[in-house]
Amino acid sequence: MMAGIILVCSVVLFLQFFVFYCRSLIAVSAKQALSPEVQEVTGIQRTASGDDFQRVMQLLQLCPERREDRNGIQAIGVYFGLLNFLHATLARLVPSMHSWTELERGQCTYFAAVALERRISFSRDMLARQMDA
Amino acid sequence: MVCALKRGAFRRYLPLNLWMILELLSGVSRFYVLHSFGFESREYAYFYYYSEALTTIGLYFALSSLYAHVLEELKVESYVRMAAVLLLAGTAIFSYLIVRQSAHLMSTRFVVEMSQNLYFVGLVLTYVLWGAILKLRETRTRLIQFVLSLGVLFSLFAANYAMRNLYPDLRWLWGSLPQLFDCFLPLAWCYTFLRIPEEARITPARLAVAPR
Repeated sequence: MMAGIILVCSVVLFLQFFVFYCRSLIAVSAKQALSPEVQEVTGIQRTASGDDFQRVMQLLQLCPERREDRNGIQAIGVYFGLLNFLHATLARLVPSMHSWTELERGQCTYFAAVALERRISFSRDMLARQMDA
Repeated sequence: MVCALKRGAFRRYLPLNLWMILELLSGVSRFYVLHSFGFESREYAYFYYYSEALTTIGLYFALSSLYAHVLEELKVESYVRMAAVLLLAGTAIFSYLIVRQSAHLMSTRFVVEMSQNLYFVGLVLTYVLWGAILKLRETRTRLIQFVLSLGVLFSLFAANYAMRNLYPDLRWLWGSLPQLFDCFLPLAWCYTFLRIPEEARITPARLAVAPR
């Protein structure tokens, strides 16, 4: 009985903390502007669409991975999955939820685009260093 | 820890960095004991649970240091410290009362019970801290991310311990998940130290906005 109560509390609080944590990661990246180059590659100008998320993630996987980014990207990937689930189920019944999930999914895509920008500039720095050596 | 040093934030968030050092030392020594005595050995089991209890206490104090950061303007640091020690003692006594019937297994069961209870207490305290952040309109992004990631970790561990009590047959699964969870916090904090400057600000109320 006690373990059941603790489990329910933990799962509810986990979902809350996880969503807030992901949204804090997204909020930080939303303040960063994309370079024209990344805008061209991803097709994102100002606002991003959730439908582009997988494509941007594929582009992201083409670049050398950075350890410190991995955790955030994975967390946003899981959050995007959660939003997709809501989008396909609850959001069909509640119109306000539909527009909210759409907005959040777009912000996840923007987060991935910012991560792509970072990886590109990291790869470029690495290449420049190799050329110098 | 390296990330904090790189960003010059080692002393500012000293308890968090000390916890990471403790976690590193505990990981290395666990590996040594595992290598020397084997996975099935009694020595490894004892060492694992005792080191787990120690790092949980360390994490609990890291959480209380975050309280001190959030409430620093109210100048209640000494009260926070005292409350943390009292709550820790209370949790230890409560755990003792639960396990005192089984005297032959008391030392091992006590540390497991205490870790388990501390994770739940830590989760509740993190939630209260998150409430304080919203109420006091704390805007430091780094601090907010530290608290949220700590909340994620505490809730994962508390849920894992609850599952362990509910489904003891799957002990092998509940026993292996903590190794995965343990990776989360150092990586999340590394990201925060490297990517979020100390002066970055965010409105926490915006994170909690629900669709209307």
